[in-house]
This record gives sequence, structure tokens and C-alpha cells, in this order.
Amino acid sequence: MMNMENMKSILSKKTVGIAGCGGLGSNCAAALARIGVGKLIIADFDAIDASNLNRQYFFWEQIGQQKVFALADNIHYIDPMIEVIPHDLKLGPAEIISIFADCDVIVEAFDLAEMKQMIIETVGPEFPDKPLVIGNGMAGWGYSNTIKTQKVADNIYVCGDGITEISEDLPPLAPRVGIVAHMQANTVLSILLGNTNQEAL
Amino acid sequence: MNITLNNRPDAFDEDNMTFEELIKKKNFTFKLIVTKLNGKLVKKDERSEVVINDGDDVTVLHLVSGG
Repeated sequence: MMNMENMKSILSKKTVGIAGCGGLGSNCAAALARIGVGKLIIADFDAIDASNLNRQYFFWEQIGQQKVFALADNIHYIDPMIEVIPHDLKLGPAEIISIFADCDVIVEAFDLAEMKQMIIETVGPEFPDKPLVIGNGMAGWGYSNTIKTQKVADNIYVCGDGITEISEDLPPLAPRVGIVAHMQANTVLSILLGNTNQEAL
Repeated sequence: MNITLNNRPDAFDEDNMTFEELIKKKNFTFKLIVTKLNGKLVKKDERSEVVINDGDDVTVLHLVSGG
């Protein structure tokens, strides 16, 4: 049996890396903080812009702050006991290898497809045993039921509709970005608690 | 040959083909894709050499921007 107490005692010993602190990363981090993941390693190079507030887990008074530091604050508003390691930098292969080496799971939370490809091609060969949870396709609104979670290969999980790309007509918005961010957090939970059968994702 | 492509069965007249040939044949024209063969990553510059055979499990993941 797995009650909240058993769950918390497992999760409190786990470390999750979050690559990118925008719509996916900030919301995923908040969900993981609320369920008691012990340590979060977060990375982003960007500062908060007013236009980010339509979907990202930041607040009006934080505009202009670096995302990693504002997110560390917001995680600590949820739970001050969580260890947060913020990295204010642009992630490339070398940075990914050095800062996420000790993570139990890595969450890909970039916006650009090029960056998603880069992290998959880095984590695959460098950390073949480390699960990577990707967000892929969440622009626009409606079509909630086209969003799904799939294990596409050993240690690679993909959350999203796989199709919708951001454009003028398909902006990233809180509801669909939030669905995918929370689906990623839910997949992290499946991995950390040890049930990753497709039907359990 | 019969393979599993993106978790679904798929059949081809050829006995085998390279990843590049498969991508062309299936019309995967997306700019950014990640390719895997039997769970192992196949890098972009390996796609012209890596050969897919009967029974292989193939993943072609199309990546889109947004997050």
C-alpha cells in the first residue's frame, strides 16, 4: 500500500532536474514541490517578461527577475524545506552533463524544438539509464483529449499532442501548457514510484 | 519486412532499408526529428548507414516548439 506518508518518504530522497523554467518547467516544478520531491535542480537563462504571465508560474511583481531565482522563491513559498539548486545559464550539452548528473529524472521544459532535440541527443548517449520526460506539442486551446503521455523508447517519455507548434494563431496558453506540465510531473511521479507500464502513465 | 514503427506494426516490400530510406518512404519531412532503433538513439549523421531489418522496433519522433 502506498499512502501519502510512504510516498513522501520516497519522494523526499529524490532529485529531479528541470531544463528550462518557462511554461512547462515552472508549472512542473510547482507540482513536484507540492508532492514533496526533496531536491529540484532548475536551469534557465531568461528573465521574466510580462508576456510570460499568461502561462508561467510567476507573478506580476517578479517581472524582470531571472526565472531560476524567482522560481526558487516560489517553490519555497510552497515548501521551504525543498532543496533548490538554481542555475542561471543557457543549457548546452556540457552544462546538461555537469548539472544533471545526479538527478533521478530529467524534465525537458524548453520552448524550441532544436533544444528538445539537443537534450534528447545529449541525455541518450551520456546517461542511458536516466529517464527523460519531454513536453512536445501544447499550443493553442481546446483539444484537451489529443494530449497524451507515451513511452517512446527506453527512458524517453513524451507528453503532449505531438503536433501543435506555437505560431501567431496558436499561442502557448496556461490551460494546455499546464496540462502538459502536469502530465510531465505525473510521469515523473510514475517513474519515481516505480510503475512505468504504458497503462500506468 | 515487418517492423514496429512508433508503436504500431508496419510492413514494407523491402527486406531491409536504411533509416534515411525509411524517412523518405514514409514522408517524414519534419525539420526536427529524433530517431531510435530498438530503443537506441540513431544520430542524424548515422541515418544513412544504420540499417533497419525485419522485426525491428523503430521510433521517429517529430519535435515541435512550445513550452
